[in-house]
Amino acid sequence: MTDFLLELRCEEIPARMQLKASDDLARLFIEELAKSGLKAERITSFVTPRRLALIAHGLPLQTDAVSEERKGPRADAPAQALEGFLRSTGLTREQLVERTDAKGNAILFAVIEKPGRQTADVLAEAVPAIVRAFPWPKSMRWGDTSATTESLRWVRPLQGIVAILGEELVAIEVEGVTSGYATVGHRFHHPGEITIGGSGDYAEKLRACHVIVSHAERQAIIAEQAAALATARGYSLIEDKGLVIENAGLTEWPVPLLGDFDPAFLDVPPEVIQLTLRINQKYFVLNGADGKLAPAFICTANIEAKDGGAAIVAGNGKVLAARLSDARFFWEQDKKTTLADHAQKLGRITFHEKLGTVADKVERVAKLARWLVEEGIVKGASADDAELAARLAKADLVTEMVGEFPELQGLMGGYYARAEGLSDAVADAVRDHYKPVGQGDAVPTAPVTVAVSLADKLDTLFWLWFSGQKPTGSKDPFALRRAAIAIIGLLQGHAIRLPVKLAFAATLACRLAKSANPASSIKSDQPSAVTSSIFEIIRRGGHLRLSNTLEKWHWSDDLEQETKTTTSFSIDLSANQKELLDFFADRLKVQQKEAGVRHDLIDAVFALGGEDDLVRLLARVKALQAFVSTEDGANLLAGYKRAANILKKEGWEPQRPPMAAHGTQGIAQTGEEDPLSLVEDPVIAGAVSDLSVTAPARYEREAQEVALADALDAAEPAVESALAQEDFAAAMAALASLRAPIDAFFDKVTVNDADQNKRGSRLTQLTRIRAAMHKVADFSRIEG
Amino acid sequence: MAEQQPLSFQSLILTLHDYWSAQGCVILQPYDMRVGAGTFHPATTLRSLGPDPWNCAYVQPSRRPTDGRYGENPNRLQHYYQYQVIMKPSPSNLQELYLGSLAKIGIDPLVHDIRFVEDDWESPTLGAWGLGWEVWCDGMEVTQFTYFQQMGGFDCKPVAGELTYGLERLAMYIQGVDSVYDLRFNDPVGDRPAVTYGDVFLANEQQMSKWNFEVADTDKLFRWFKDAEAECQASIAANVPLAAYDQAIEASHVFNLLQARGVISVQERASYMGRVRDLAKGSCEAWIEANRAGWEAKFPGWTA
Repeated sequence: MTDFLLELRCEEIPARMQLKASDDLARLFIEELAKSGLKAERITSFVTPRRLALIAHGLPLQTDAVSEERKGPRADAPAQALEGFLRSTGLTREQLVERTDAKGNAILFAVIEKPGRQTADVLAEAVPAIVRAFPWPKSMRWGDTSATTESLRWVRPLQGIVAILGEELVAIEVEGVTSGYATVGHRFHHPGEITIGGSGDYAEKLRACHVIVSHAERQAIIAEQAAALATARGYSLIEDKGLVIENAGLTEWPVPLLGDFDPAFLDVPPEVIQLTLRINQKYFVLNGADGKLAPAFICTANIEAKDGGAAIVAGNGKVLAARLSDARFFWEQDKKTTLADHAQKLGRITFHEKLGTVADKVERVAKLARWLVEEGIVKGASADDAELAARLAKADLVTEMVGEFPELQGLMGGYYARAEGLSDAVADAVRDHYKPVGQGDAVPTAPVTVAVSLADKLDTLFWLWFSGQKPTGSKDPFALRRAAIAIIGLLQGHAIRLPVKLAFAATLACRLAKSANPASSIKSDQPSAVTSSIFEIIRRGGHLRLSNTLEKWHWSDDLEQETKTTTSFSIDLSANQKELLDFFADRLKVQQKEAGVRHDLIDAVFALGGEDDLVRLLARVKALQAFVSTEDGANLLAGYKRAANILKKEGWEPQRPPMAAHGTQGIAQTGEEDPLSLVEDPVIAGAVSDLSVTAPARYEREAQEVALADALDAAEPAVESALAQEDFAAAMAALASLRAPIDAFFDKVTVNDADQNKRGSRLTQLTRIRAAMHKVADFSRIEG
Repeated sequence: MAEQQPLSFQSLILTLHDYWSAQGCVILQPYDMRVGAGTFHPATTLRSLGPDPWNCAYVQPSRRPTDGRYGENPNRLQHYYQYQVIMKPSPSNLQELYLGSLAKIGIDPLVHDIRFVEDDWESPTLGAWGLGWEVWCDGMEVTQFTYFQQMGGFDCKPVAGELTYGLERLAMYIQGVDSVYDLRFNDPVGDRPAVTYGDVFLANEQQMSKWNFEVADTDKLFRWFKDAEAECQASIAANVPLAAYDQAIEASHVFNLLQARGVISVQERASYMGRVRDLAKGSCEAWIEANRAGWEAKFPGWTA
C-alpha cells in the first residue's frame, strides 16, 4: 500500500469554480481507477487559485492478477467454430483446456491469465484521461498548441503536473505538459520552484512557501481573522459564508485587513453601501455597536505585506471611496428628480415587443390596482394610493442607482419615494411590490402594497401569456410560473376573493379601456364596465386582435381574414382562459404540495369547472381532505366509486343534458364553459332543478331505497345551503349523512333487477348520489 | 526605488514601451480613427486572426461618449488611453511577463496586493470573446488580461494573449492622486514646468462631453452610420478588407455617439449592435479570405 499525490497546476482558476472542480477531480479519479479495479482507502482534496490536487491514500502497488475463463465449443465441434473461438481469444488449440460437463460432453475452455498491472502504469493512463474529460463550466485553448481547435482545453492554461506514487515519479504527459517533482509556491513570496517528495510533505512544504492548499483551512483563517479584526475595533462582522468562500478562492495565503471609510458616506442607503463593498470589492461589511453599518471594511489580501498592509488598506480605501462617491452621486442625482418625472422615461424601455413599453405596462397596472381596491377585492387600501404607487413603482428602473445596481430595484424606489415626502403606504408599496419573489418569500401585508403587487403580477402573467410566452418544460424566460405562485400567495395570504376569470377579464379591460375602438361595443373607459363586456365576448368565443400600440385593437370572429404582422397578435380568449385556469390549478398543486394538500383533491374540485376563486377552492379542498381521511369519508368515497362503476357498466346516463355537464368530463373541458351563463340560462337552470325531483316509483320500494331517497332529499338542500354559505365542513357533514343509507342500499338492494322499472329507478338513485356528491367535488378524480 | 519620484504619465508609457519592446513586441502608434477600445485597432482585431506570430504593443486613445462627465468627475472620461499588448501565440509565461511590467513601473508585489480575478471578455460588436481576468492592484482593476478564443466569429488559431492597461488609473495609483486631472503628465526640466493631465485634457472633456450629449446632430449621425455601413459593404465586395474594417469601426463609433445622444431605444440597440457586428465579421472574413492562400502555404495543415 502506498499514497499517490496528484497536483494539476494552472493559471488562476475562477474562485466560483474551485470547490466543484475539487469534487470533480476526486470523483473522476475514483472512477478512472475503478476501471482497473483499483481503489484508494480515502482521498484528500486540495484546491487553490493555482492548483487542483489530491492525495489518494492506501493504494495497492499493483492490481490483482485476474484469471478469466471463457467457455468455447465442444471438443468435437466443426473446424470453423473452433477457429472463430481461437481468433476471438488469441490462443492456439494447444492452449485450450478440455473439461467434461455434467452431460459428459468434452468442452473447450480458454483460460486467460491477466497479470496484475503496476499502479504507476494505471495512473499514467488515468491522469491524462481525467484531464481531457474534466467538466469545467468554461474552458479555453492557449499557446502554441492552439493552432488547431482540437488542442487541449482547460479552465486557464495548464502549467504543470506533479504525480508521485510513494516516492516515485509517475511519468505523465498531456500535450507537452510533463510530470515532475517540482511545483511552485506563492506567486510573490516564493516565485521559484520547490521540490515535493511525495504526499507526506506536500501540504507542509507548500505552507512553508506561503501556500495553504486546503480551501477549508483558508476559509477558517479568513472567517476567524476577519471576526477578530472587527471585534478589536468594537465592531461586529456581518457573516457572509459566500464571501468567505470567494475570498478563499482568490488567495493562497489569505490576510484579512481592516480599513475605514468616510462616515459621511453613511448617508447613502445601507443596502447600497453593502452591495458596493460585497459585490464590487469582495469586502466584508461590519456593524457598529448600535447595530447600524459601521464606516469600515475588511478586505482579504493574498500577501504578508512588507509594510504590514498599510499600502494595501490605503489603496483599497481609495478605490472604495471612489465607488462610494459614485454611489452618493447617483443617490443625490436621482433625488433631484421626482419619481413621477423618472417614470416619464419608462416609455423608452420596451417591456415586450408585442406589449409595448414599461410605461404602457405601468398604465395598465395602475388601472388594475385602482380597480382591485375600488371593487373591494383588496380591502383596506386607498384607491388613490394604490394607483399612485403603481404609477411610481417602476420609476426607479431609470435611475442611475438601479442602472448601477439592478438588484436594488424596488428598494431604491422606496427610498426615493420617502425622500420626496410620499406617504409610507405609497413608499412601502413601491419598495415591496416585487414581493413575494417565488415560493417561500414573505407575502406583503400592507394593503396598498398588496394591490400593486397583485396588479403587477396579474398583468405580467396574463399579457405575456397572451403574447405567446407561456412556459414550456424547462423554459420559462419570463418566470410566469413564479408570477402565478406569487399571485396565489397574495390571494391566500389575505383571503382575497378574486376569481381567476374575473382577474382575466379585468386585466384585459385595463388594456382596452384606455383606447377607442370603433368596431367594439365597449364604450366605457371604466375597467369594471369593460370587464362585463369581456365576459360576454369570451362567452361568444371571439378573438381579440391587438397591435403593440395602445391605440389599435379590435375583436374578430374570424382569424383567417387577419393579416399577421410581427407586432400584432390575436388572443383566442376562451382558449386562453381555459389554459390559464389549468395553469393555476397546476401551480396551486405545486404550491400546496409542501403544505401537504393532496393534488388529486385539488383536481377533484377544479374538475367541477365552476370554481375559479382560489381562496374558496382551497378552503373546499382542505375540508374535502379532512373529510376523506375520516372513516365516513373513506366509506362514502367507496360507495361513490361503486355507484359510478355500476352506472358506467350499465351505460346508464340520464336523458337530460345537465348530468353530462356535471359528469366526469366536467364543464371545464368543453371550451364553451361560462358557468355563470349556464346557470343563468333559464332552460338549463330548469333542467337542473328537475333533477332534484325524483319521479315516483311504480313499484313497492325496499326500505333501504326509501331511506336513501329520504337521505338524499335531506342532504341535497343541506349541501347546497352549506356551499352557498361557504361552510365546507357543513357540506361535508351533509354528505357524511349519506354514508349509512348508501352502505345499507348496496347491502340490501339489487340495482340490476330483472324488472326494468326497478332497475331504472335504482340506477336513477345512483345518479342522484353521484350528482349530490359532485356538488362538492368530482369524486372520480380522488385516488384511493 | 522608494526614494524615487513616481513615474509621470508619459514616463509610464515610455517605460512600458521599453519593456514590451524588449520582449520582442513591435511598438506601434495609435490607430488614427475614433475607437472605443484598444482592441478595435486592426493590429489586434485583424492580426489576432491567422496562424502567423504577431507581437505588438501600442497606446490607443479610446472614446466612450456615454462616459463623459463634462470634466466634473475625477474618475470618468469620455476620452482616455489604453495600453495594449497583443502576443500571438500566447506565450506560456505571459502572466510573468505582465507582472514584470508592473515591477518596472514601480509596483512592488510584496507591498501591493496583485490578484487575477475572473473576468471573461466579450465584445458583441466584434463577435469576439475570450477567457481571462481583470487584474486587481489593492482592489482596483488596472488591467484586463484575456486569452482570445474567437474574433469576428472565427476561432483564433492560435490563441493570442491580450493585455489592456488602463493608463490613467494606473498612473493615478502610482502617483497617489485622487483626480485624473491632477496627474503629472511629464516631469519638469530646468525652468520648463511640468504639465498636468488637466492642462492637456480638461477642456477636451468639457467640450466633447457637450458635443457628445447635446450638440452632435443626430440626423447626421444616423446618416454617417448608414454611409459607413454602405462603404464597409462596398469595400468587402471590392476585396479591400482593411478599408472595410476602417468603416466598420467608424460605424461602431457613430453608434456609440447615437447612444450618447439617447436616440436609440433599447429595442433598436440590439439591432444596431447586430449591424456593427455584421460589418466587423464581414471584414474579418474578407481579411481571412485575402490571406488564406498565403497562410495555408506557409503553415501546412492550418485551416480557417
